[in-house]
Amino acid sequence: MSPAAWGLLLSTFVAAFVECVEALTIVLAMGVTRGWRSALAGAATALVGLSLLTALAGVALVRFVSPAVLQLGVGALLLIFGLQWLRKAVLRSTGHKSLHDEEIEYAEQTSAAQTAPAATIFGFDAFAFVVSLKGVLLEGFEVVFIVVTFGVNAHNLPLAAVGGGAAAVVVVLAGLVLHRPLSAVPENSLKYVVGLLLATFGTFWSLEGLTSLTGDGTSSWPGGDWALLALLAAWALWTQLLIRLLRRPAEQPRTATRVGVAG
Amino acid sequence: MNILAAVWRVVVDLVVGDDPRIAVAVVLTLSVAAGTFLAGVAAAVVTVGGAVLVAVIFGVLLAVEIRRSVAGRGE
Repeated sequence: MSPAAWGLLLSTFVAAFVECVEALTIVLAMGVTRGWRSALAGAATALVGLSLLTALAGVALVRFVSPAVLQLGVGALLLIFGLQWLRKAVLRSTGHKSLHDEEIEYAEQTSAAQTAPAATIFGFDAFAFVVSLKGVLLEGFEVVFIVVTFGVNAHNLPLAAVGGGAAAVVVVLAGLVLHRPLSAVPENSLKYVVGLLLATFGTFWSLEGLTSLTGDGTSSWPGGDWALLALLAAWALWTQLLIRLLRRPAEQPRTATRVGVAG
Repeated sequence: MNILAAVWRVVVDLVVGDDPRIAVAVVLTLSVAAGTFLAGVAAAVVTVGGAVLVAVIFGVLLAVEIRRSVAGRGE
């Protein structure tokens, strides 16, 4: 397998892993408090929908959109998406936004599940089914977005899907074994890494797509695909510099507060 | 219709996220890059210059956001 293929596999695996950890927390909370049958049915329904969406979106994009337009559009979306992740990572690292904590999330979900009224839908507990379905669907939607955009642009959607699917399998197995939220996972650091990868590929593809719309099809980046490594290093250095420059003063309380943002 | 509206909200939230200024910055950067490329500037200069521009705008947006937040808290 080529280095580019390994990069694709690793990128989709890490991105999907982070989202799957968050989805697992929700399903675990529903399963423990409201019953596993309904929680798993909701999660399974969402997974079926997400699989169909991945296949349909991938085929539609490849078949109906020209490569240059696809590269530009997908690259721009990835860049926006990646910068959103990097923004949150910098805010968290500088103490201007609270760190994401799966234990707190689990406690909140469990508390809500314990007080929710009993009702049934399709023979399942309505609250557990809907919350699990919604949680997996929303977190999974981001995974689908990353898998499809990376896979289509790298001309290897199956490998991208394998990366995303493998992450889901690993997280589910870990959840089955541990039976608790994966709070030991360095989620905030992983999110920063995913932000770097998204911003790197987004920068590369959007500007390459832009210049290849009227170009001769050769790479517009000095060094071709090697520019990806330079971009990754540049984004890492730049965000580390921003973290140093924008860090809250040491005398301020360590408990971070939000900067008017959620998530 | 409600389902379509909900899907649209999810897509917008996914792409635009908490800070719409980032989406605006990316569109602005790509517009400037397209303009310079159409004006005859070499593709390699456009790609590298575009990357530098988007990184600088990203840093400025973050700095402004944090300074406003700090000023709002009276720190």
